[in-house]
Amino acid sequence: MSFIYLIPLLPLLGFAINGLGFPRISKSLAGIIGTIPPLVAFILSMQLFLNFDGTTQILTLSEWIKVGDLSIPLAFQIDALSIMMLLVITGVGTLIHLYSMGYMAHDKGLGKFFAFLNLFVFFMLILVLGANFTVLFIGWEGVGLCSYLLIGFWNQKNSYGDAARKAFIMNRIGDLGFLAGIFLLIQHFGNTNYADIFSAIQAGDVPDNVGLIAFCLFVGAMGKSAQIPLFTWLPDAMAGPTPVSALIHAATMVTAGIYMVIRANVLFELSPEVLHFVGWIGLATALLGAAIGLFQNDIKKVLAYSTVSQLGYMFMGLGASAYSASFFHVMTHAFFKALLFLGAGSVIHAMSDEQDIRMMGGLKNKMPITYVTFLLGTIAIAGIPPFAGFFSKDEILAHLYHHDPWMWGLAILGSALTSFYMFRVFILTFWGEFRGTEKQAHHLHESPLSMTIPLMVLAVFSVGGGLINLPHFAGGHEFLATWLAPLLPESEGLGEVSFLSLEMGAPLMAAFLPAFLAIYIFGVKKSVPSEDAAISGIQKVVYHKFYIDELYDVLFVKPIALMSNFFAQVIDFLVIDLFVEGIGKGVQYASTEIRKAQTGNVGYYVFLMVISISIILFLGLKSWIL
Amino acid sequence: MQSIPEIIRTIPLTHYVILSSALFCIGILGVLTRRNAIIVFMAIELMLNAVNLLLAAFSSYYSDPSGQIFVFFIMAVAAAEVAVGLAIIVMIYRNIQSIDIGILNKLKN
Repeated sequence: MSFIYLIPLLPLLGFAINGLGFPRISKSLAGIIGTIPPLVAFILSMQLFLNFDGTTQILTLSEWIKVGDLSIPLAFQIDALSIMMLLVITGVGTLIHLYSMGYMAHDKGLGKFFAFLNLFVFFMLILVLGANFTVLFIGWEGVGLCSYLLIGFWNQKNSYGDAARKAFIMNRIGDLGFLAGIFLLIQHFGNTNYADIFSAIQAGDVPDNVGLIAFCLFVGAMGKSAQIPLFTWLPDAMAGPTPVSALIHAATMVTAGIYMVIRANVLFELSPEVLHFVGWIGLATALLGAAIGLFQNDIKKVLAYSTVSQLGYMFMGLGASAYSASFFHVMTHAFFKALLFLGAGSVIHAMSDEQDIRMMGGLKNKMPITYVTFLLGTIAIAGIPPFAGFFSKDEILAHLYHHDPWMWGLAILGSALTSFYMFRVFILTFWGEFRGTEKQAHHLHESPLSMTIPLMVLAVFSVGGGLINLPHFAGGHEFLATWLAPLLPESEGLGEVSFLSLEMGAPLMAAFLPAFLAIYIFGVKKSVPSEDAAISGIQKVVYHKFYIDELYDVLFVKPIALMSNFFAQVIDFLVIDLFVEGIGKGVQYASTEIRKAQTGNVGYYVFLMVISISIILFLGLKSWIL
Repeated sequence: MQSIPEIIRTIPLTHYVILSSALFCIGILGVLTRRNAIIVFMAIELMLNAVNLLLAAFSSYYSDPSGQIFVFFIMAVAAAEVAVGLAIIVMIYRNIQSIDIGILNKLKN
């Protein structure tokens, strides 16, 4: 097991080589150097997975922080959960690196791009491998940094830089909560090791403020995983190159919050009210994201809101203590959402950077591989059996049905919205007539192999990903749930379900009916979303994302900007400048005065010297005599 | 034959103190009032020798030879100082054709 440290080390090495040699390494070589580390890391992770014997192993690299009684080691933990995350990160990561070689081929900053991607993979691996909350936090902050760097990758555009900063600042708000949670843990347990904390709790040492700790940790998850109220950064993060959206803002980084909650499930189980809160926040986010997704016309924005909404589902699952179901959805979502994003990237690439679905249409003949794979991804996310999304989403829904029927009903509604907007995007993009310009039509082409291979591989996983946790009623063994079981609280079985019951039927209806509706509206009637100016009423409110960005702008950004201006122009100018410059001016004035004493006349100096010596002598004699 | 310390002791100590104080004050006055660099220099020597006198007198009265050793040191240092000081004065004269210390105010600013 000594090769474990190689898994994060390799991407770091890739980052170092590509980062230091950026303009000098040729583009094709940079792509290969960038892609090999995650690939080797994936092979090593596979090795770990195959040889895993079910026991948690902790590998301490070195002492990191040692202050008084507090001792935080730099340690990695290998257990069922981290191995699964390793597989997802390195597996999907490798495919996306491969895809980037094609997608970014025309970009001058290709080497820099791969360096950042490798750095991201490194931090993400640190995040999941860490054996305590503090090491997790290194990765947590590191992926935030890489997210910032990659969102603003095309920093020639100011709005992209703004999006990057927005993501960074919003995450920082969440991180504050997470840090507070870590401090509270240290205050009570004296360290942050998972093993120590969880065994202490199992031995009955439960802190009084466990609810507060869980809540603080969840605030961190809210920021990282884009939940209400900190979700607005994720749609803006689509400013980054599409592979980044697929890797960071769909498959891996945004699921870090869910990973963390699953990791800390012992703490959350002790505070049912926080779990309840988690569930409802998840539900609200799922519905809001799905509703906004209904009317967006930017292909990546739709997928972004879809991601927000799917993350909401995962938190709903956590709220119902269905940890393995949520994790199942994390995995299947990583497959189909990465697939959808990469498919969208392929479309954008072919459309010469056009992202508006109103300008697309009829692409299915021009790009057949993208068409088929995107269709598979759409079916998977809509929850149509037997694709991956059906099993994972249904497992969450089934748990919700037992947990809280109201939540279940609303979640079904969200699921219906998901199915509708995904088919809407799909049909508007690939069916009907081409609506773009002549130039774009001329340029249309299927993407190169380096881009279509990842699409095909991910499509296979989107179709068959459900097999990793196939429920008993479908003839499976719930492999994932069994695999994760040692780390999770005992959960009651879901009992027998049949396809004819309400529990099973409603999600199926919610998947199929909206899909048919979308096919009817956009496929048969061939209606195209109207121009921005022609939108009115409620649709306009939804189209403008419920004006949440504007609301935040008025509530937080404007007052802070006002306050900053006040401080800059009044406090800084009148108080600080006056004080600081006053000291400078005072010294200057005093020195001009004192300089007059320096006449340059030797006789004068001698006179002063004699006088001074006399005074010293006099004082010395006085103290000697008295 | 009387030894030198005994001869020195034939004069009361207060007289030595008064004499060297007077010499020292004359030296100070010379330094303060004269503008000729050589005279200033001589006045400084006068002060040094006033101190030497006092050291020798006290040394004899208290039978402590370290006072006289100091005198030798001061003489050696004074000789060196004279050599350097006179050389400086010569250079100043060559440069500005004067040894008036009032003119030497280049250090200002």
